[in-house]
Amino acid sequence: MRGKIAERLIRACLFLVVIAFLGWAFATGAFQFMLDNLDDLLHLLQQHLKLVGLSSLLAVVAAVPIGILVTRPRFKKFDWLAVNAANIGQTVPSLAILALVMTYLGIGYVTAVFALWLYSLLPILRNTIAGIESINPSIIDAGQGMGMTPSQILWKLEIPNALFAILAGIRTSIVINVGTAALAFLIGGGGLGDLIFTGISLNDTGIMLSGALPVTLLAILLDVVLGKMEKWIIPKGLQRHLET
Amino acid sequence: MEVILFLQDNWREMLQLTWEHLQLVGLAVGVAILTGVPFGIYIAQRESLANLVMAVAGIIMTIPSIALFGIMIPILSLIGQGIGFLPAFLALVLYSQLPIIRNTYIAIKNVNPEMRDAAIGMGMTAWERLTKVEIPLALPVIMAGVRTAVVLTIGIGAIAAYIGAGGLGEYIARGISTSYTTMVQAGALAVSILALAIDFLLGRIQKRLSSQTAKTS
Amino acid sequence: MIRFQQVTKIYESANKTVKAVNNITFQVEEGQICVFLGPSGCGKTTLLRMVNRLIPITSGTIEVNGKEIHSLDPIALRRSIGYVIQQTGLFPNMTIEENICVVPNLLGWDRVKMKKRYNELMEMMGLNPDEYRKRYPWELSGGQQQRIGVARALAADPPVMLMDEPFGALDPIIRERIQNEFLRIQKDVKKTILFVSHDLDEAIKLGDTIALFRSGELMQHGTPDEILSQPKNEFVAEFVGSERALKRLSLFTMRDLVSRLNPADRKSAGKRDLRHTVHMDTNLRTALSVLLSSPTGEAAVVDDNGQISGVVSIADFERLTGIHPSERTSAVQ
Repeated sequence: MRGKIAERLIRACLFLVVIAFLGWAFATGAFQFMLDNLDDLLHLLQQHLKLVGLSSLLAVVAAVPIGILVTRPRFKKFDWLAVNAANIGQTVPSLAILALVMTYLGIGYVTAVFALWLYSLLPILRNTIAGIESINPSIIDAGQGMGMTPSQILWKLEIPNALFAILAGIRTSIVINVGTAALAFLIGGGGLGDLIFTGISLNDTGIMLSGALPVTLLAILLDVVLGKMEKWIIPKGLQRHLET
Repeated sequence: MEVILFLQDNWREMLQLTWEHLQLVGLAVGVAILTGVPFGIYIAQRESLANLVMAVAGIIMTIPSIALFGIMIPILSLIGQGIGFLPAFLALVLYSQLPIIRNTYIAIKNVNPEMRDAAIGMGMTAWERLTKVEIPLALPVIMAGVRTAVVLTIGIGAIAAYIGAGGLGEYIARGISTSYTTMVQAGALAVSILALAIDFLLGRIQKRLSSQTAKTS
Repeated sequence: MIRFQQVTKIYESANKTVKAVNNITFQVEEGQICVFLGPSGCGKTTLLRMVNRLIPITSGTIEVNGKEIHSLDPIALRRSIGYVIQQTGLFPNMTIEENICVVPNLLGWDRVKMKKRYNELMEMMGLNPDEYRKRYPWELSGGQQQRIGVARALAADPPVMLMDEPFGALDPIIRERIQNEFLRIQKDVKKTILFVSHDLDEAIKLGDTIALFRSGELMQHGTPDEILSQPKNEFVAEFVGSERALKRLSLFTMRDLVSRLNPADRKSAGKRDLRHTVHMDTNLRTALSVLLSSPTGEAAVVDDNGQISGVVSIADFERLTGIHPSERTSAVQ
């Protein structure tokens, strides 16, 4: 009983907080600013989406095949290297990666895409390797014993059964990327970070929120949409993992 | 190599900034542990509440850090603390909650039911069970959550320099705005090394804790 | 027929070499079940996995139906051999139908033929084809999963099957039932089967022959009756244990005994009041326990129609010396 009441209380509080926040954002003129500068806002949003889209796409295209490659028997010796590189890379702060890449490549769009790509690579790579390696060995054994070729084992068994982990890695990576891309403004990549940092330095809440709100909503929206997509893509037999 | 020269000239300031950074992270994670661990234990007995909390914490985690800082500033400027330590501190506390609450919740829930049964059978009270059986067994997993939280906050703490919270991000911010490449490198390298070193250290502690519980269980 | 000749497997690591399988020679006749029995680490699974070349052989030859396995393409070889393992190895991403049709699919069968085969196999396993067609492995109980595992191995009708402790993870009651079903199916399909087990009772029940291993060496290969009544050496005697006389009884049914009963007893059967009865197909181990609980020390033997066809007493068991099982016990209990 107590749990139920607490739950309702928390739900109500959260609801109030969100309403209050939106009302307050309205009062500070954030929405007014957005409406007045709709063209700018849309332009920056588009830039932001391009940064995230391009770097994430390239990250998936690179990380998934590398992850598959290092789990093949022939390249198994590079497995630890990839896992450790991914782990260390993820421990390094995103701002540090952006800053370091900038000092070598200079300021600009390409630098921003490269830095975001580098940082997005790691969660996908790590999850791809972990996903393939955590498949119950008896499944692979059965596949071999029944006469599947290595490529049939990869496409019919390993990829479908690791898909849950791979997609989770891609989702995490993209959501983080939305936030990191807000920092890309600092190294000349543009995007919604423009409004946030300008707002902070001008101490103008309206400008700042008109950047911060869309970035936040974009991250939450992508998280939800990608979560739904996982349900479509993942084989039905594995979906019970999703319910928990 | 210019970075080394830079360090020779500025090591005092560097130490100062590192200390600031560690203070910010240490305080935030400390508060997150003090609130997150009891909360995680509390929701471990309440399934539906736990699901709600996890969902909310998950949403907070998806909020990009610079956006959360941005949202904190105007709210806190209502009490005259818009820029500086406080918004950064609060944001970091929020971010470090999720890994700590989640790991505590999972660890307590996954304590071997037979051990819990044995503890009840021996006549332990709920409090004794918690302090003598459940928490010690859950400690390695909780520690793993703390480790994640610390690494996360070191990284986000670097961004906090942009809202005047100090720390090693200061060098990155100042270096970028003055196009002083060496300073950017020094700041970025320092904060990366700090994150890696502390991750390594906490990893060691975590390993020792889990080998201890492995022995006793 | 499967023929092992001087089969050896040596694992070499930096500081030592281990002979996992040492110079093994014997053969398994067509249509028979040979149970590989022995303690863990005795090399029985290694030997099994060498047959479909999941483990490369160090020296020696293995012939399957007259062909040396190394003259064949390993992929084609494996598709022609059924394979069942303990953890079922069912593919979680595929439906039950897709799981069963894995090998037919690899062999490129057409849809209609696959569907027909699926229905056939499910009927054979005593499962409703339509009920399970679109289900996934995790929705099934352990026993059902293992049935699907056996059906999947049978799908392309391979002449030879390899089974690695397929029923090892099931609880005793389910295991018993699946073993009986398995024997019933084997009566129809008559596959040549190599079956790894660590359970003597299972080996006695299922095996036409038993191959007993210890640390990579073949200790004895023979019928269950031979293994139990004439252990070749101390290890075999110890492995089959002090209960072997009792275990041997489970190889015989009442039918074996009744054929040697006194015709006079047969006639007088109707006149006695016998509340203790045993069916013709009951194995003698169970029958003995019925007799022991009967106050008169006698029990009536009932045939398939429920007619009493004779009476047995404990004394009749003595006639058993020197006889051998007339047929495989399919133990309907």
